[in-house]
Amino acid sequence: MTHQFPALSSGQKQELQEIALRIVTPGKGILAADESVGSMAKRLNQIGVENTEENRRQYRQILFRADDRINSCIGGVIFFHETLYQHADDGTPFVKIIKDRGITVGIKVDKGVVPLAGTNGESTTQGLDGLSERCVQYKKDGANFAKWRCVFKISETTPSKLSIEENANVLARYSSICQQHGIVPIVEPEILSDGDHDLRRCQYVTEKVLAALYKAMSDHHVYLEGTLLKPNMATPGHSCPTKYSAEEVAMATVTALRRTVPPAVTGVTFLSGGQSEEEASVHLNAINNCSLVKPWALSFSYGRALQISALKTWRGHKENESAATEQFIKRAEVNGLACQGKYTGGGDSESDQIFVANHAY
Amino acid sequence: MPHQYPALTTEQKKELQEIAERITAPGKGILAADESTGSMGKRLNPIGVENTEENRRLYRQLLFTADERMDACIGGVIFFHESLYQNTDDGTNFSQLIKDRGIVVGIKVDKGVVPLAGTDGETTTQGLDGLAERCAQYKKDGADFAKWRSVLKISDNTPSELAIMENANVLARYASICQQNGIVPIVEPEILPDGDHDLKRCQYITEKVLSAVYKALSDHHVYLEGTLLKPNMVTPGHSCPQKYTNEEIAMATVTALRRTVPPAVTGVTFLSGGQSEEEASINLNAINTCPLGKPWALTFSYGRALQASALNAWRGERDNEKAAAEEFLKRAEVNGLAAQGKYESTGDSGAAGQSLYVANHAY
Repeated sequence: MTHQFPALSSGQKQELQEIALRIVTPGKGILAADESVGSMAKRLNQIGVENTEENRRQYRQILFRADDRINSCIGGVIFFHETLYQHADDGTPFVKIIKDRGITVGIKVDKGVVPLAGTNGESTTQGLDGLSERCVQYKKDGANFAKWRCVFKISETTPSKLSIEENANVLARYSSICQQHGIVPIVEPEILSDGDHDLRRCQYVTEKVLAALYKAMSDHHVYLEGTLLKPNMATPGHSCPTKYSAEEVAMATVTALRRTVPPAVTGVTFLSGGQSEEEASVHLNAINNCSLVKPWALSFSYGRALQISALKTWRGHKENESAATEQFIKRAEVNGLACQGKYTGGGDSESDQIFVANHAY
Repeated sequence: MPHQYPALTTEQKKELQEIAERITAPGKGILAADESTGSMGKRLNPIGVENTEENRRLYRQLLFTADERMDACIGGVIFFHESLYQNTDDGTNFSQLIKDRGIVVGIKVDKGVVPLAGTDGETTTQGLDGLAERCAQYKKDGADFAKWRSVLKISDNTPSELAIMENANVLARYASICQQNGIVPIVEPEILPDGDHDLKRCQYITEKVLSAVYKALSDHHVYLEGTLLKPNMVTPGHSCPQKYTNEEIAMATVTALRRTVPPAVTGVTFLSGGQSEEEASINLNAINTCPLGKPWALTFSYGRALQASALNAWRGERDNEKAAAEEFLKRAEVNGLAAQGKYESTGDSGAAGQSLYVANHAY
């Protein structure tokens, strides 16, 4: 290990860093529109729409035809493979529509979770086979960043050491391969919010997971300036009886990141998990207003938290399309403000909370 | 691992963080006066002074009684065990004297390097035995921080994975024990500048070493906000034929730290290694003016780079004490400025501030 065998040239590093910076330009975040066919089924079933390729095309079109207002708040869109090759009604490829607005195109490249034998229901994520060749093709087809999701859960016995090490390793392998092909890897080590654990527990587990992740990234010679992190916020479990303010969630989240994420990482784009649209925005806003020093961009990479209202408004009816697009634009703008700490809305938010901690020890 | 068994209470964490912040308050750094008896021999012999306990006391006294100019730029002093229990001529305990000036007292607690069998001359550091009890006693005797030095060297075969992993682990064990006793651990993983390797090589190895250190600190549940890091700057090897500007050194150093040191670490207090007094100051200044985001304090923990001129001026003569203290104060003030990026060198170092090349990044 004493000698460096540079994985990337200066030119390659520069390109990767510039892509990452462009995605998390101040005020901008990511639309995660990369739901797999199976995930889209869950979304469409809930609004009584059949899960066909055409319906999925029409739905993504609703998002992608949003007007110029999203140019200042959406820095990147994550595509699913199928969508990358679909077109608008007038034949314009979706990729071209997005690129022409100055938004960076990304692609989900993992192939889903698989079980880790001998664990308490834990998983790793597959998709490394032929990833190199797929990245080459995606880069040609317009993608400049990728996303890979690993999953952890909190329980009495999890996450286990194996699960943490294995997922950190596979995320680092994926990152290394992406960077070889000019693709910025978004690294997503999602710790699920299922459970009754409290905020402290989630913060602790998040710190352990992220520490392992960045050790693996170092071991695999990944160029951190050319990556983005897509973590969960530190939140209590869904069935946790204790309630926490947005400031407490923000403080726990920022503290966990400060203890594990090197400043070289260009940006942190949070996942929304099971949060409502408003919750996700209010939390992001509180995170950006946290008084601790935060050397990375702190923005969003939201799926449901950008789309729930749009989906509910659409319900598969052509006449609802414009209204649905408006719903999406509204959430995009709100989050554009939240990622600068400038979102003042939120009727039910506790942003008037009296308690503002200086630290989360 | 999924459950936390908190190593420290909120109060303990708060105390540790406040100590760390006090040491690295803006414009302040550390005087490393913790030379072991053997090391003091190396300092005193060249100036013709016998290495006796009394001479060591007289020498440390002239540093510790320097006037109030010291208080604005020295946030902490690292003691060697012997000095912690020595007194001034009028009977004031050194540790008490330093504390009363509002300067934090630190203590070197490692017991030196020992060989790692099966490696190419690599080492680990011993000193963990009874460390908890020693920390408790040092805390009673006025110390609020400690220092432990591990050593790595660059060659074709080193540092090996074992050396990196073992030293990272022992540093984390030391850090954990210190914090249990209200002592802020300064973690020093020194990569020696011996060799002909270039700047990039040193940067690469520094990144690997620091990455391992912070993984070990996480594994050992160390509270990062209550620690300080004492790393080498990233420099070319001593026999490297290529010359680099201060800005290049600064860029390589800051880049390496940005890639490995979590923002929660309160401060980075560089060691001076073999650098001259002026070099160490100019490089620290360049580090503080580097245009990249630097979320930790970046200051000094200098031994030789604060004392070389003082030793030369003293030469063991009581009559020279004031002049020697002046030399020390001069370097202390210069480094206090350098730690804020405000030092304008007028000296002999050719590259100081005059460099034409200012990189925006070190890819």
